[in-house]
Amino acid sequence: MKHVLEGSHAVSEAVRLARTQVISAYPITPQTHIVEALSEYCAEGIMDAKFICVESEHSAMAACIGAASAGVRTFTASSSHGLALMHELLHWAAGARLPIVMAEVNRALGPGWNIWMDQSDSLSQRDTGWIQLYCEDGQEVLDTTLQAYRLAEAVNLPVMVVLDAFFLSHTYEPVDVPDQDTVDSFLPALSPHIQLDLNHPNAIGQMAPPAFYMEMRHSIQQAMQSVPEHFHQVEETFAKIFDRQYGPVSAYKCDDADLIFVMAGTAASTCRQAVDDLRAAGKKVGVLKLKMFRPFPCLYVRKYLETAQKVMVLDRNCSFGIGGIFAQELRSALYLNKRRPAIYSYISGMGGRDITVDHFMEMFDRTQTADYPEDESIWIALNNA
Amino acid sequence: MKSTDNASEKKCMNTNTAECSNVSHYPSTDYIMPGHVACPGCGAVIAMKFALQALGPKTILVIPACCWAVVAGVHPQTSLKVPVLHTAFETSGAAASGVRAALDIKGDTETTVVAWAGDGGTFDIGFQSLSGACERNENFLYVCYDNEAYMNTGVQRSSATPYGARTTTTPGDAWKNRRKKNIIEALAAHRIPYAATANIAYPDDMIRKFKKAKNIQGTRFIHAYASCPTGWRVPSDQTVSIARLAVQTNFFPLYEVEDGIRYTINTHGDRPVSDYLKVQGRFKHLAEKDIQCIQGMVDDDWQLLQRKTI
Repeated sequence: MKHVLEGSHAVSEAVRLARTQVISAYPITPQTHIVEALSEYCAEGIMDAKFICVESEHSAMAACIGAASAGVRTFTASSSHGLALMHELLHWAAGARLPIVMAEVNRALGPGWNIWMDQSDSLSQRDTGWIQLYCEDGQEVLDTTLQAYRLAEAVNLPVMVVLDAFFLSHTYEPVDVPDQDTVDSFLPALSPHIQLDLNHPNAIGQMAPPAFYMEMRHSIQQAMQSVPEHFHQVEETFAKIFDRQYGPVSAYKCDDADLIFVMAGTAASTCRQAVDDLRAAGKKVGVLKLKMFRPFPCLYVRKYLETAQKVMVLDRNCSFGIGGIFAQELRSALYLNKRRPAIYSYISGMGGRDITVDHFMEMFDRTQTADYPEDESIWIALNNA
Repeated sequence: MKSTDNASEKKCMNTNTAECSNVSHYPSTDYIMPGHVACPGCGAVIAMKFALQALGPKTILVIPACCWAVVAGVHPQTSLKVPVLHTAFETSGAAASGVRAALDIKGDTETTVVAWAGDGGTFDIGFQSLSGACERNENFLYVCYDNEAYMNTGVQRSSATPYGARTTTTPGDAWKNRRKKNIIEALAAHRIPYAATANIAYPDDMIRKFKKAKNIQGTRFIHAYASCPTGWRVPSDQTVSIARLAVQTNFFPLYEVEDGIRYTINTHGDRPVSDYLKVQGRFKHLAEKDIQCIQGMVDDDWQLLQRKTI
């Protein structure tokens, strides 16, 4: 049944429907609406779950690690500085192979204090071993959160469901909220791969000397490499029940495109409008939206981009000293391909600044007229430019 | 390594043994297997032995970075007969909260969840998550085995290191010139249902406290004094006698605090603190005036503690 929901509440509805058993969270704007709703569900008995009001995000993840190790389904939500504070435990959760799901609301890091949309927080956690899935609208948020549990539990890796601050977390849209029985048919109860067990006393997360450690890390990489296949299966099952499917990437008018925009998140909606306008003017342009960032969907990216002449990447982030992070990843993913379109990297929309159709037009104009990229990354819509 | 004063050692070995002589009522099952990798004479292993004897097999341990993160065994072996969740240094309070919540939601209210951390993981880096858990009155037992420095990393100063001690980060004449943090008082201020000191040289008292703590709901804290021959620079056969001297000199009186307000002193002593200090290499540099200064601190703390029992 369709409800008009805030993006944040698309998350909390999914967490409720997933029958999550332990939730541990600490407030930070703009993820608070997610955990406020979940607190209410726990308090009112709508969910049969424990909500732990921890004293920091670091402890939020530590409590999730404890609960997941004891064999229950867990959830937390965070953003920005909260996610940065969790960093150590993001490594721990993945290293311990725990299927924890987190909603991550993309927000800038200070200073200066900035509570608005920016991808620097989640992308800074690139190497922690978390699967990262970026969403574009409220329905995708709800669906991805449900899928995240199945995916996490299939590969024993934690999943971060990422949504843009305010543009998505605080925007109301019609969202189809399925009933419990339907969700139960998609998402069975957790059957833990390993857990603390009095009958079989074991040690979880103990010291691993050089003779063992590398194999443990290798197994994480293998699990990550299996994610696209598992995600495909999860989506196939999901589509049979809910008739919706997203893919690790989603292409819009890419088949015959000479120039293709690439980005993640809500900017993709704006970009499609720009592409429609450009197509109307006779330009062969498309959009490839990235949903999956970790693992990086190399095969999908190569498939859709290799026939293009130029690729324009929008990054709402910057790895200082090199440039846009999505652009770097794309360059790396395409390097081994025989056909390598030139990557034009554009940075804009950081710290909550709007990205408009005009900005995409500017990227297109600069890319179309250039013989090769002017720089590693070009900043668009700087006030002093 | 400086040897201890044999005369004073004999004296300490011959006192206060009466209360420990009746061993027949000790729990007989051990939950530590042979072959753990602790240093010879490790007080923290003795503490774990007594703790698990008292708590029994329905116990899940949460162990952060500390000596016990190694002692408990290196993959793929474990030296303990109960499940262990190893976790990051500063997370014991939070990780144990998570384990408890999971057991509760699964309907297991019987298993005792025990966070087992060193002094660094308790007094310093883990204090925030411990304080948070205490404020929420999480239903688990937190044990700090206190060897008074970062022993696992090579004897660096912690806020549990006592005044006057040399460590590798308070070396030479820069020995620690600040008091040890009073962790029991900090936790009593959280009004948790139970906080107590315990000492490996007093097994009766220690086992009684673990059994008592097991049957209390809410956050329980045991500050277990665990002497460390390696870090304190004493012979490894002096572990227990040094620990006993800590009580006999009132350096570490044994007491309990219920609900943060009701104090009970179990055991204390009246010997001069120099008896305790002079047998340890970490204090050997102290001049008489320094020892008198420490005696003054011990006396002050003791008077303060006595006032709280009224």
